[in-house]
Amino acid sequence: MLEIIFFYLAATIALIATALAMTRANAIHALIYLIVSLLAVAVIFFLIGAPFAAALEIVIYAGAIMVLFVFVIMMLNLGKEGDARERQWMQPRIWAGPVLLSLVLFAELLYMIANIEGSLSHPAVTAKEVGLSLFGPYVLAVEIAAMLLLAGLVGSYHLGRRYLERGE
Amino acid sequence: MAAELKPVLLALAILLGGVGGAAVLTWWERRLLGFWQDRYGPNRLGPFGIGQVVADMIKLLTKDDWVPPFADRVVFIFAPTAIVVAMMMGFAVVPFAPDVVIIDVNIGLLFFLGMTSLAVYSVLLGGLASNNKYALLGGLRSAAQMVSYEVFMGLSLMGIVMMTGSFSLVDIVAAQEDLWFCFSQVLGLLVFVVAGIAESHRLPFDLPEAEHELTAGFHTEYGGMKFAMFMLGEYLGLMLISCMIVTLFFGGWMGPAYIDHWLPPIVWFGLKVFFVINFFVLLRAAIPRPRYDQLMSLGWKIMLPITLINLVLTGWVLLSMEA
Repeated sequence: MLEIIFFYLAATIALIATALAMTRANAIHALIYLIVSLLAVAVIFFLIGAPFAAALEIVIYAGAIMVLFVFVIMMLNLGKEGDARERQWMQPRIWAGPVLLSLVLFAELLYMIANIEGSLSHPAVTAKEVGLSLFGPYVLAVEIAAMLLLAGLVGSYHLGRRYLERGE
Repeated sequence: MAAELKPVLLALAILLGGVGGAAVLTWWERRLLGFWQDRYGPNRLGPFGIGQVVADMIKLLTKDDWVPPFADRVVFIFAPTAIVVAMMMGFAVVPFAPDVVIIDVNIGLLFFLGMTSLAVYSVLLGGLASNNKYALLGGLRSAAQMVSYEVFMGLSLMGIVMMTGSFSLVDIVAAQEDLWFCFSQVLGLLVFVVAGIAESHRLPFDLPEAEHELTAGFHTEYGGMKFAMFMLGEYLGLMLISCMIVTLFFGGWMGPAYIDHWLPPIVWFGLKVFFVINFFVLLRAAIPRPRYDQLMSLGWKIMLPITLINLVLTGWVLLSMEA
């Protein structure tokens, strides 16, 4: 019972925070709401029996990737003009189309969720099981992701090298 | 009833102990620094100058709680709380003695890493919301420093996780019954200590503050209690890192072999943490601050290879022992 209450609490926070993250004109405020949303999703992962995924959600998404987002925004120095430009982009004629299409998808999703049978909570999946399945049946996906990351690493090294050769 | 109340009481004890400990540490650190640098430090108020703690507190509490008009008000006020909350949360998984732990989750180690990585936002957002170029530079530095050193911090602990087969800190302490990990994971300990200093951004790695270059870095615009929150967070971080070093590498609440029964477990734990904290103060007194690019190249060119070697060696030894 308590789990259900916590689930709905976390889900509500995630929804509200995500909505606010989309509508804020100030980029930093939007990012803070996005971090809150990620933390709420981590709580949901924990409640439905995936503690390892919950921990990774906090360490990697909230703790590292979002820090880099904030880092980039700090360098851009958007200020008041940035807010004004963002507000200008928030016109109904810009968001009306995507919202309409998303609503169709949302209706579909609601229909599917209403027809799902089964319970919310599962027995907790331990880190060991996650590792075994990653390097067992899903090893191909892990290798592909590794190659993608390597490509990113080589690419950023290449860009940085050209910058250094020009002489600071 | 008593069993359910225990975590709550323990949490209250950690809250009070953390805040009180941080307050006393500010004085203790200055006295120790004075001792090592051949001067007195604060020695006037009360016995050995311990009254300085009270004087500092009264000063910080009665200061005008000022928010600069050019700052981003909401974020400016929110920023100092993040580090204190995150560091306090980190203590939830530390086993202080057998059965003295708030929650023993099977992802305890990852929980600790997550909380330390969330603490970064305090410095980052504080520097950004101040709308001041020195604060911004401090925030930028801390972002790059923390994200880099988090990588080695996490990787350096994976050797321990391999040897224990669990992320639970209670299991990790139990696995050190025969041999502490400071002997079998020397490289891991080395990297974790360096990364720990960088994560709690204390001297010699206090580049985000660097008062010689950046006035006071990310907290240039902060004063009064909001500044005190940053200091509290920093000292909580120091205590948390010390607790983790003891738990992960020095046998947690277990005493050294043969003399284990001399003292109760919680006293052993406290003694070891106290020793590690003093070691951190000694580092502060002894080592000058590196340049920023030196810090980054130390991380990526020395620390990362060491952790990778440690990982491969640990895996190799474990597999050959199994075979």
